[in-house]
Amino acid sequence: MNKDLNHAFMPVPATVVERVEEGPDLFTLRLELAAAEARRAYHFEPGQFNMLYLHGVGEVPISIASDPQDKHLLDHTIRTVGRVTRGLARLRSGDQIGIRGPYGHGWPMREAEGRDLLIITGGLGCAPAVSVIRYVQRRRKRFGHLNIVQGVKHSADLIWKERWQQWSAMPDTRVLLTADKGDPLWPWHIGPVTGLFGHLQFHTDNVTAMMCGPEGMMKAAARQMLDLGIKRSRIWLSMERNMQCALGKCGHCQFGPTFICKDGPVFRYDRVESLLQVKGV
Amino acid sequence: MGHQDFFLPLNKLQTLVDRVSAAGYQCYGPHIRDAAIVFAAFSSVEQWPVGVVDFQGPGEYRLESETSGRYFYWANGPQGLKPLTFFPEQDLWQSTRTADATVDFHAETGSPQKMAVFGVRSCDLAALALLDRHFLSESPADPYYRDGRERLLLIAVNCARSAATCFCHSTGDGPFAESGFDLCLTELEAGFLIVAGSDRGTELIDALRLRLAHKHELKQKREQFQIASRQQRKLDPVQVRFDLAQSIQSDAWQEIARDCLSCGNCTSVCPTCFCFSEMDRPALGGENSMRTRIWDSCFSHGHSYIHGVTIREETAPRYRQWLTHKFSTWVNQYGRSGCVGCGRCITWCPAGIDVIESIRQVSANTHE
Ligand SMILES: Cc1cc2nc3c(=O)[nH]c(=O)nc-3n(C[C@H](O)[C@H](O)[C@H](O)COP(=O)(O)OP(=O)(O)OC[C@H]3O[C@@H](n4cnc5c(N)ncnc54)[C@H](O)[C@@H]3O)c2cc1C
Ligand code: SF4
Ligand code: SF4
Ligand code: FES
Repeated sequence: MNKDLNHAFMPVPATVVERVEEGPDLFTLRLELAAAEARRAYHFEPGQFNMLYLHGVGEVPISIASDPQDKHLLDHTIRTVGRVTRGLARLRSGDQIGIRGPYGHGWPMREAEGRDLLIITGGLGCAPAVSVIRYVQRRRKRFGHLNIVQGVKHSADLIWKERWQQWSAMPDTRVLLTADKGDPLWPWHIGPVTGLFGHLQFHTDNVTAMMCGPEGMMKAAARQMLDLGIKRSRIWLSMERNMQCALGKCGHCQFGPTFICKDGPVFRYDRVESLLQVKGV
Repeated sequence: MGHQDFFLPLNKLQTLVDRVSAAGYQCYGPHIRDAAIVFAAFSSVEQWPVGVVDFQGPGEYRLESETSGRYFYWANGPQGLKPLTFFPEQDLWQSTRTADATVDFHAETGSPQKMAVFGVRSCDLAALALLDRHFLSESPADPYYRDGRERLLLIAVNCARSAATCFCHSTGDGPFAESGFDLCLTELEAGFLIVAGSDRGTELIDALRLRLAHKHELKQKREQFQIASRQQRKLDPVQVRFDLAQSIQSDAWQEIARDCLSCGNCTSVCPTCFCFSEMDRPALGGENSMRTRIWDSCFSHGHSYIHGVTIREETAPRYRQWLTHKFSTWVNQYGRSGCVGCGRCITWCPAGIDVIESIRQVSANTHE
């Protein structure tokens, strides 16, 4: 075996600098690559992801939630769902894990400059969307109206209340929250995210939409956007599938002809529209 | 290279094997194991089966003796070249954790033994080219696959006879080999024709001091090509792709799924299927853990699992994934179909599902 094994294939050590508790079953790991050389070589875009490896347990794909300019600290906001994420949840600052990446294509941030933005997320703490919001927050002047829509199944599922409030205080920004089912004190909307489009502020011919979350939600939202006259080529979404390698080799993340790990995870809507209509692809 | 046919008399076959061994290669050749022909290590051509013919059909593989006295009167066995380059199990790297909770990673080292494979078929060379495309040409090149690949010396054999399951002529991948080999043999009634396909092959032929093939020998070669091609089943890969692209919602998937056991035999024997899973194997004590990859299949439950949901829970979408990937989306990914017409998935399916029939079924349903 050649000694200079491509680091795409093998992780490098990273140290947990801080672990932030975000809510029930949700935490953020702030990681720093252990070697100065690795830190220098590392560059990423919002929407890309890393493979995080926990010694003796396994490896999982996790989006990078921090800003590309914060070179030293790579934030990963993780939901505890199974074997590896439960193990990652137990880490404390000073612990080390393995990291490979960054992988995939991120959000079209350049192309979106000068345009209004629609950021639509469903489910819990959708990390790829957070990376965009933070990116825009830092460079607010480069973008037009900012609309953030977050849908959850039940009002009790909403996390990061303060964060949503903080975001809604940004200039020229609308934050709309909705729950399919809400308890009586839920102050925001009830119903699907698609019910909120009337409250958003954007120019149909000068907007970029970015979505992540359950496929059903993204499909419904895309349909509504098309009805409103937004072009297919202005709608983007982030997809998820099982990933073993993140290198376009293991075949697990195939979605029709695409490998989500390298052709995605962010796709322009027209590239995946027909596949999204079929169950079990 | 020149692609000139030379004549290799039977008594020089062993000389060729000896020269290859002397160059540091372990020689692999046909061998009967568990009533099927596989590749196994050998040193003398006397160890090769002689006068054996294979009968293949959906869910059926049978070896019988025949009287031609040839070494290669059979078409193919379950095993192509895939396990020799893309190992069924491969250690990737080792993770080491020290007492102060730091971790470190080491690539698995050690190059596999140089290996010469005698009796490679043109469908397998075509499949190898597809795996090369996937693992090596697409960035990043896979260093583990490369190690398995670069050590190979390939001595192909043109098929004198096709099995009833073969359709490599339709896919453009056989029954004669055109490229991708170091040497290629054509077995005649007495002796072989031999062609070099690489510099290493040319050197071997030069060292054997062979004469050029005679006209009647070349004529016999051409005739064998025609016979082997005529024996085959037909499939139009372009039409198939067109039909499959339109049939994603077809009801036929459910019908086929009623017979399919979702066992993954087809993807194991398929010389182009490349899916794998990774896992950790912690050593006792826990300081070291080996990251290993093993073959996986789109028929397995875990293949499409994402936290709590299996995207392809039922057999029908799994069968659809396999068939549409192989015959349709492979073209989008790599510029040609992922099927080289070897027929193995038909032979080794325990339920006797015939991929060509499945394609007909799905297409018919689409045209209705
Ligand atoms: C591109 C991408 C970005 C992601 N970003 C984030 C993020 O920022 N934060 C976050 O909390 N989660 C994210 N996920 C989901 C996260 O990878 C899974 O929750 C995680 O793999 C579950 O692993 P587990 O071992 O804890 O769970 P288990 O259910 O025990 O999973 C076992 C194995 O199945 C596979 N697997 C399970 N779920 C997924 C999944 N959704 N995607 C891929 N493979 C899976 C993995 O190989 C995993 O090791 C992302 C997934 C993808 C594909
Ligand atoms: S799909 Fe079947 S016939 Fe085609 S290459 Fe694979 S095993 Fe051979
Ligand atoms: S997805 Fe299925 S058909 Fe495609 S390479 Fe993997 S196992 Fe083979
Ligand atoms: S994760 Fe392995 S091919 Fe995409």
